[in-house]
Amino acid sequence: MSVTAIKFYQTGTHTVGNRLLDPSQRSVQADMRRTNSLNSGHRACQGCGEALGARYAIDAAMTATDNQLIAANATGCLEVFSTPYPETSWQIPWIHSLFGNAAAVATGIAAALRVKGRSEVRVIAQGGDGGTTDIGFGCLSGMFERNDDVLYICYDNEAYMNTGVQRSSATPGAARTATTPAVGKAPGNVFGQGKSVPLIAMAHEIPYVATAIVSELRDLEAKVKRAMEFRGARYIHVFVPCPLGWGTASNDTIRIARLAKETGVFPVIEAENGEVVAVSKIRKQLPVEEYLRPQKRFAHLFSPQPRLDVIGHIQALADRNIRRFGLVDEGAK
Amino acid sequence: MLKQCEGSHAVAASVSLCRPEVICAYPISPQTHIVEGLSEMVRDGTLLNCEFINVESEFAAMSVAIGSSAAGARTYTATASQGLLFMAEAVWNASGLGLPIVMTVANRAIGAPINIWNDHTDSMSMRDSGWIQLFAENNQEAADLHIQAFRLAEAVSLPVMVCMDGFILTHAYEGVDIPTHEQVDAYLPPYEPRQVLDPGEPVSIGAMVGPEAFTEVRYLAHAKQMQALELIPQLASEFKQVFGRESGGLVHGYRLEDAEIAVVALGSVLGTIKDTVDELRKEGHRIGVLGITSYRPFPLTAIRDALQHVSRIIVVEKCFAVGLGGIVSRDVRMALRNLPMPVYDVIAGLGGRAITQASLRKLFLDGINDKLEQVTFLDLDWKAVNRQLERERATRRSGPIAENLLRDLGVVAARVG
Ligand SMILES: Cc1ncc(C[n+]2csc(CCOP(=O)(O)OP(=O)(O)O)c2C)c(N)n1
Ligand code: SF4
Repeated sequence: MSVTAIKFYQTGTHTVGNRLLDPSQRSVQADMRRTNSLNSGHRACQGCGEALGARYAIDAAMTATDNQLIAANATGCLEVFSTPYPETSWQIPWIHSLFGNAAAVATGIAAALRVKGRSEVRVIAQGGDGGTTDIGFGCLSGMFERNDDVLYICYDNEAYMNTGVQRSSATPGAARTATTPAVGKAPGNVFGQGKSVPLIAMAHEIPYVATAIVSELRDLEAKVKRAMEFRGARYIHVFVPCPLGWGTASNDTIRIARLAKETGVFPVIEAENGEVVAVSKIRKQLPVEEYLRPQKRFAHLFSPQPRLDVIGHIQALADRNIRRFGLVDEGAK
Repeated sequence: MLKQCEGSHAVAASVSLCRPEVICAYPISPQTHIVEGLSEMVRDGTLLNCEFINVESEFAAMSVAIGSSAAGARTYTATASQGLLFMAEAVWNASGLGLPIVMTVANRAIGAPINIWNDHTDSMSMRDSGWIQLFAENNQEAADLHIQAFRLAEAVSLPVMVCMDGFILTHAYEGVDIPTHEQVDAYLPPYEPRQVLDPGEPVSIGAMVGPEAFTEVRYLAHAKQMQALELIPQLASEFKQVFGRESGGLVHGYRLEDAEIAVVALGSVLGTIKDTVDELRKEGHRIGVLGITSYRPFPLTAIRDALQHVSRIIVVEKCFAVGLGGIVSRDVRMALRNLPMPVYDVIAGLGGRAITQASLRKLFLDGINDKLEQVTFLDLDWKAVNRQLERERATRRSGPIAENLLRDLGVVAARVG
């Protein structure tokens, strides 16, 4: 007798399986009482990874804190698309001060809450990679070093998107931006510059550091929830593709994010007190070319002539990530 | 209680009596003793229910102050000079957000060449930032102005800068009447923020504002300063009722009633000016003084009222708009528009150069005898300046001005190549 294979439904948004789960197991997204801290109707581009990442992160933080949350935002896309006066998409107390000071403003909020004895209210700071890795880096490091009770979330779209896609210190080598054009002997951004803020955060030995990716939203939610179990400085670095800046299709955001992880370009890890405690393994390792090819910011690596040397360099960096964090199980390849 | 103490410690004591809840500062001379004093009080429990946050920069200090003030805590910081400039972006932001932060500026010159001594260039560089700026004449006033500053800031929801002359006041020992907690509590109610970050009632603060409303927002910032203009004299008179002494207000006249010539100034130099004026009065010259306490908002009417009867005005200012001349004198001229008397700019005491009675006496006599230039640099070493100008003309090259001057003056064992 022939057996009909039962289709496997991933549990998540808009899938059948989620309804069948125990309520405590359901994702925030599927919950009727979903907080929706960042309302729809904001002005992000279609398919904006940052909007998606922020909504899930803040919603998860809201759930974890029973809605007792205050957020400080750096200048950048997230701030601009969510608060064009007199409108605001934020359902939580929210402040934007400057490009470079979100971490310090959050420190101030945390200090005020401490003197007011409101320990139930928790503080989040958020910024893009520019506001985090570059101009806000001093304030961020200060916040880590003092171990202020703040969760800082960086939405890394690998460039200054709000000012028109200029390079940041999180822009990968060879990527084309408005200030690293795809011309010359070594087109795109130079290799060897830039910094890994997750590793730098770990070097501060703060209680909790994690990286996350918008193709694994449940993982992002779980990490935010975990972060909220700690007091002191915490950092989550979320990889958020930007269709506009990367030259990708709006409906490809999740696919691109998944490819970044599956190629090893972006390691998804978790660390406590400076030590890696968990990594999200690559399910099926793919060559970096698959990640690079759909993105216009890397188009010069494929035409007029394929730049195998540059692609090889990116592959080597991905392989190093895989080795460093043990992202691929032996024999899984 | 009358206490013999350093100006900085008087200010620290007075700030602590205001029950600040968050203090965040970064060290810079000559502000350091103020925040050291406060950190000690937080540590030893004299200052209860207060967080003292050590930060990595002035930019962070003001940013922390922004966060804590927005979250409803009474917030204080202090800085000077390069520190004030380093926090400039956040300084404007604090006033734009309408946060009632109180900050002491221990006035100091701005480099290069680096110079730690007093003049008013630092706070003057922030004069258009939307902060209220009060200038203290002596340590008693410095201490008193802080108490009024919290009241004022919280009443109009604007930040207030209390400016006191670095070293000259901060490091001077004087008798200062430090009030009691009861007095300060009677004058300064607990802080009740107008708008606060609170999950119970979420608000978005600091949204992006486009051309359709930005002008209105800026106008309203101005309107708030105009409210402060009304409030400052009221707060000073209430202060007198509770504390029994005159302190603060918009302006202070001294022997102005029948004066023919008036000297206008800000800060501690007023003491030397008044002594010089006393001498000249003894000699029969009708000269008087107007001290400006509230520099922002600028009290146009009060100044016009106080000066309209004089025939000549000398503004002695410890700051300088490079490429133009006096800063304060421009504002004074605006107060006197359509009145016939000339206003002379005197740039004095830059980078801590002593303003002596002898120099002032000569200056005022020149004024009395109508022999003043439009702009005077008090005690300028013309020889050194001209030598450098000649050198530059000859070589058609500019160089490190300060080093060349010092070499000419034989001040420094510089490596001369
Ligand atoms: C002091 C300062 N310098 C520059 C800017 C201009 N600016 C605003 S947002 C931005 C880039 C933001 O990039 P990022 O932090 O990566 O966030 P994204 O917009 O990419 O989400 C820049 C350069 C500014 N607002 N303030
Ligand atoms: S430019 Fe990029 S980051 Fe900014 S809103 Fe558009 S997609 Fe999002």
